[in-house]
Amino acid sequence: MKKIIVVGNGMVGYKFCEKLSQHPDFEAYEVTVFGEESRPAYDRVHLSEYFSDKSADELLLAPSGWYASKNINLRTSELVIAIDIDAQTITTHKESQYAYDYLVLATGSSPFVPPIKGADKQGVFVYRTIEDLDAMKAYATKLKAAGKKNAAVLGGGLLGLEAANAAKELGLNAHVVEFAPRLMPRQLDQQASDMLQAKIESLGIGIHLSKATDLIAGEDCISRMDFTDDTHLDVDMLIISAGIRPRDELARNSGIQVGARGGIYVNEKMQTSVETVYAIGEVALYNEGIYGLVAPGYEMADVAVQQITGGDKCMVASIDMSTQLKLIGTEVASFGDPFVENDEIVAITYENKHSGIYKRINVARDGSRLYGGILVGDSSDYNSLFQIYYNVMKIPENPEDLILGSRGGDNILGSVLDLPDSAQICSCESVSKGAICKSLEDGSCSGYKDIVSCTKATTGCGGCKPMVTDLVNETLKSLGKEIKDTVCEHFEFSRQELYDLVKVKKITTFEEALQKIGKGCGCEICKPVLASVFSSIYMETANKQPAIQDSNDRFLANIQRNGTYSVVPRVPGGEITPEKLIVLGEIAKQYDLYTKITGGQRIDLFGAQLHELPLIWKALIDAGFESGHAYGKSLRTVKSCVGSTWCRYGMHESVSFAIEIENRYRGLRSPHKLKGGVSGCIRECAEARGKDFGLIAVDGGWNLYVCGNGGATPKHAILLAEKLDDATCVKYLDRFLMYYIRTAGPLVRTAPWLEKLDGGIEYLKKVIIEDSLGIADDLEQEMQGLVNRYECEWKQAIENPEMASRFKHFVNSDDTDDNIEFVALRDQKMPKPWAS
Amino acid sequence: MEELLNTYKSVTLEGARTWVQVGHQSDFPQNGGACIKHKNKQIAVYNFSLTQSWYACQNLCPHKMEMVLSRGMIGDLDGIPKVACPLHKKTFSLENGSNLNGENFKIAVYPVKIQNEMVYIGFED
Ligand code: SRM
Ligand SMILES: Cc1cc2nc3c(=O)[nH]c(=O)nc-3n(C[C@H](O)[C@H](O)[C@H](O)COP(=O)(O)OP(=O)(O)OC[C@H]3O[C@@H](n4cnc5c(N)ncnc54)[C@H](O)[C@@H]3O)c2cc1C
Ligand code: SF4
Ligand code: FES
Repeated sequence: MKKIIVVGNGMVGYKFCEKLSQHPDFEAYEVTVFGEESRPAYDRVHLSEYFSDKSADELLLAPSGWYASKNINLRTSELVIAIDIDAQTITTHKESQYAYDYLVLATGSSPFVPPIKGADKQGVFVYRTIEDLDAMKAYATKLKAAGKKNAAVLGGGLLGLEAANAAKELGLNAHVVEFAPRLMPRQLDQQASDMLQAKIESLGIGIHLSKATDLIAGEDCISRMDFTDDTHLDVDMLIISAGIRPRDELARNSGIQVGARGGIYVNEKMQTSVETVYAIGEVALYNEGIYGLVAPGYEMADVAVQQITGGDKCMVASIDMSTQLKLIGTEVASFGDPFVENDEIVAITYENKHSGIYKRINVARDGSRLYGGILVGDSSDYNSLFQIYYNVMKIPENPEDLILGSRGGDNILGSVLDLPDSAQICSCESVSKGAICKSLEDGSCSGYKDIVSCTKATTGCGGCKPMVTDLVNETLKSLGKEIKDTVCEHFEFSRQELYDLVKVKKITTFEEALQKIGKGCGCEICKPVLASVFSSIYMETANKQPAIQDSNDRFLANIQRNGTYSVVPRVPGGEITPEKLIVLGEIAKQYDLYTKITGGQRIDLFGAQLHELPLIWKALIDAGFESGHAYGKSLRTVKSCVGSTWCRYGMHESVSFAIEIENRYRGLRSPHKLKGGVSGCIRECAEARGKDFGLIAVDGGWNLYVCGNGGATPKHAILLAEKLDDATCVKYLDRFLMYYIRTAGPLVRTAPWLEKLDGGIEYLKKVIIEDSLGIADDLEQEMQGLVNRYECEWKQAIENPEMASRFKHFVNSDDTDDNIEFVALRDQKMPKPWAS
Repeated sequence: MEELLNTYKSVTLEGARTWVQVGHQSDFPQNGGACIKHKNKQIAVYNFSLTQSWYACQNLCPHKMEMVLSRGMIGDLDGIPKVACPLHKKTFSLENGSNLNGENFKIAVYPVKIQNEMVYIGFED
C-alpha cells in the first residue's frame, strides 16, 4: 500500500480526498489527512451564510463520519510543523512522525494583514474561518450592548463587500474602506464601480474610496481609523479583507521551492520542486499566479489525483478568474478580461442610472470574438456571455445585441444545446455540457436531481443553476421526453393536474388520493399541496385533515423558534376599535405574550404554548375576533391607507373597500400566500403595488394592479385594468384569484406565476377581461361558492372537542413542555437564543 | 445541551426491557404523530395508519434542540418511513434515526407494540 499524506483539510484538501476515493485504485492507498482546524472541511465559499441560516454542521462538505467510512484517517486539530523531504516523513505539533510516499500540501492561505499600526487592537478581525465569525459575532453582541454600532471593512474587493454585508447582518452600521479609487478594482472599471457604489450606499453601507489607512487608533480596543489624507472614521470594529497570503511556511522551511512573493512552485502536474510532494489550492503558485477561487483549486485536486494514480491529466495553461459577487443585494459579475481595450479590441457599454444597470463587453473590432466584460445590476446573462467568451463562440453581427438584445426575452445564446460539448457548465466541479447531456441520453440520469447527485454540478457556488436547469430541460425535450414538474415521488403530477384530478375524480381525502392517483405514504411536500387543493376546491378548513397540513396549519398558528406559537387575529384593512385593542392587550397580559405590530397592519401575540392556543382563541373569539390565517398559504391582509374619509388627498374610501375585500377572501387557501392593498390616491401609502393585488383610487374609479410582492424578490404589480367601479373590481379579482389558484405550481406566488405564463400580462388581460377562454363565469361561480362556505377555523376548532384535542403537548400527561425557556427582552420576553 | 441529547439512546426490539403503556390507539392522529412523556423523556409516537405501522423517536430535534418532532409531518422516502421537523424540515428515518438530508444528525428511535388497541413503547429502563 502506498501512503499518501494530505496536509490541510480545507476545501481543496477535501476535494482531493473525494476525487481519490472515487478512483478505481483507491484501495491501493492509505490516506492520512491533517487539518489544523477543529472541524472537518467546510464550505468557505458560503461561510457568510453562517450568520444567516447555516449552522457549522450544515456547512460541512462531508459529515465527519464520511472519512472513516472511506478508511481515510482524518486528524483534525493537528498542525504539521515540519517535512523531511529526504526521509519522506512529516512531524506534527504533537511531535508525532508519519511517513509518506506522496505528500499533498493543501494548506490554503491566510488573510493578509497590512502592517498598519494598531492592527493588533481588540475589535480587529479577519474573515476566513468559522472561529473568525464566532469571534466577530460575540464582539458585535458586546458592542451593541454598549450602544456602539460602527463597523468598517478594510478592502473593497469581492470578499470585503461580502464581509460588509455580514457586518450589516450583525446589526452594525457598515463601512467599506478601499485604497484604490474604485470598488472591486480587479474586476470592475470606474463606471461599473460608480454604479455599484450607488447601489451599495442605498443599502445603507458607507463607501470610502482612495483611503490609505495610517493608524488604527483606540486604547485597547479600536475606536477610530486615521487616513493619510488627514481624515478619519470612527469605528468600533474592523474586519480586514486586504487579500490573501499563501501558507507556504511549511514548504519554505523544508527546502521546497517557493515564489519570491509567496506560494509553492508547481508544474502542470501539480508537482513541487520535490517530485513526491504536490501542492494544490490557494497555496500553489502556478504559471506565476495564486488563484483565490475554488474552481481552479478543485481542478488542481483532480490533476494531483490523476498524476499520483498514474494518469496523465495536466492543468490547463490559463486559468479563468471570472466571478460573480454574492449576497449584497445587487448583481455583479465580471468574466474574461474585463478591461482590455486596444487597436484590436473595442469596449461596448450600456448604462442606465435609473435602474442601476451597467454592462460592458470587450469584443474584437472585426466582430470575431468576445474577450470579457462586466455586468452590474443585472447579471442574468452572465452564464451565456461566459460561455460565448470561454468557448470562443461566434458573436452576433451587431455585438451590442449581446447586452441589449435580451430585452426581447430570448436567450442571447440561442439554445443552450448549441454550446460545444466541451463547454464547462459548472466550473466549480468542472462538469461539461457533454457530461450532462450524455448522462441524460444514456439513461443513467433522468432529470435535474439525478444530474446534481451524479455530477455534483451546481453544488459549488451555485451560479450555474439556471444553465443546468435549461440544459436538462432542453436535452430531455430533444430526446422526446416530457418534462414534468411533478410534485414529488408520491404523485407523478403537477399541482395543476392534481387540482383537476381531485375535482374530476371527486377525491376528498389524502388517503383516497394516494390510493387512486399516487403511491407510498406521502411526504412533507405532497401533503400540504393536496391540503391546499382540497381547501381550494371544497373550502374545507385545516381542521378536517390536520395531519396533512403544513406544520403551521396543523395547529392553526405559526411555530416559533422554541416550539411555542404566535397568535394573529384578523384585523380587516387594519381598522380596529379601541375596545378591541384593549381586549388584545388584556389577553396578552393574561398569557404573558410578547406583542408586536406586524408589517401587515395587525397585532401578533407571540410565545403561546400549544395547550394555551384554544384558551387564547376562545377569549379572542368571544370578543369578536376571528382567525387571521397568518399561518396559512392563504389570504393574509389587505392593507389600506386611511383614504378619503380623513385624508385631504383621498379620492375614494380605501379603508371601506379594503375591509370589504379582506372579508370577501378571508380563509381562501391558495398555492402561496396572497396579500392585497388599497390606496386612496396615487401617493400609494398602502403600498398596493407591492402586493399580489392592489387597488389605487384615481379619478373615475380604481386602477387594478396584479402580481406584485415584496419579500425576497420584490416586484411591482402590473396594471390589469383602469378606472373600475367597485363591482367590476371584485368581478376581476374573483376571476384573477381563481385562475391563479387553479393553475399555479405549489409555493409559486403571483409574480413568478405571471412570469411563466405564456403571453404574460397581455394574455392574462384577455383571460380576465375579455374572457378569451370562456371560463369567466365558472371562475366567478367557483369563487362565490368558496366565499359562501367560509367559516372561521379557530371557532370550529374550539367548539369541537375532538378537533380541540390536538392542542396538547402530551397524550399521556397534562404536563407541559419543560424544555421551553424565555429570557427578558425590553419590557417583554423572547425565546432563549439557540446555542448555535 | 449535550446532556439533553444523551438522555436519548435508540432501543431495539430485542433490547426493550420494559414496555410502557402510553395510550389508546385513537389518542394518536391517523397518519400523524403525538408526544408522550415517560419519566424525563419526551417521545414522539407516529401512527402510519395507511400501512398500519407505528414508530417512535425522541421528540427532541437535534438541529436546534427543540421538543417538536411529534408535530412534524410524516411520510416515506423510497419506502423508508420518515418525519420532517416542523421547524426547518430536516428529515429523519424512523427506522434507524439517521438524517435523510445527508447531514450529521441522528435521533434515537424506540420500538412500538400494539396490544388490545393499546400503544406500548419499549425502553431499556
Ligand atoms: C409577523 C410578520 C413580521 C412582522 O413582525 O411584521 C411576518 C412574519 C413572518 N413572515 Fe413575513 N411577516 C410579516 C409581513 C411580511 C411582509 C410585509 C407585508 O405583508 O406587507 C412581507 C413582504 C411582502 C410580501 O409578502 O410580498 C413578508 C414577506 C415574507 C416572505 C417572503 C415572501 C416572498 O414571496 O418572497 C416569507 C417566506 C415565505 O412566505 O415563504 C415570509 C414568512 C414569514 C414567516 C411566516 C416565517 C415563518 O415561516 O415562520 C414569519 C412568521 C412569524 C409569525 O409566527 O407570525 N414573509 N412578510 C409580518 C406579519 C404580517 C401579518 O400581519 O400577517
Ligand atoms: C468568506 C469567503 C468567501 C469566499 N467566496 C468565494 C466564492 O464566492 N467563490 C470562490 O471561488 N471562492 C471563494 N472563496 C475562496 C475559497 O474559499 C478558497 O479559494 C478555498 O477555500 C481554497 O481552498 P484551500 O483548500 O486551498 O484552502 P483552505 O480552504 O483555506 O484550506 C486550507 C486548510 O489547511 C489548514 N492548514 C494550513 N496549514 C496547515 C498545516 N501546516 N497543518 C495542518 N493544516 C493546515 C488550514 O487551517 C485550512 O483549514 C471565499 C473565501 C472566503 C473566506
Ligand atoms: S419575520 Fe420575516 S423577515 Fe423577519 S426574520 Fe422572520 S421571515 Fe425573516
Ligand atoms: S430544529 Fe428541527 S430542523 Fe431545525
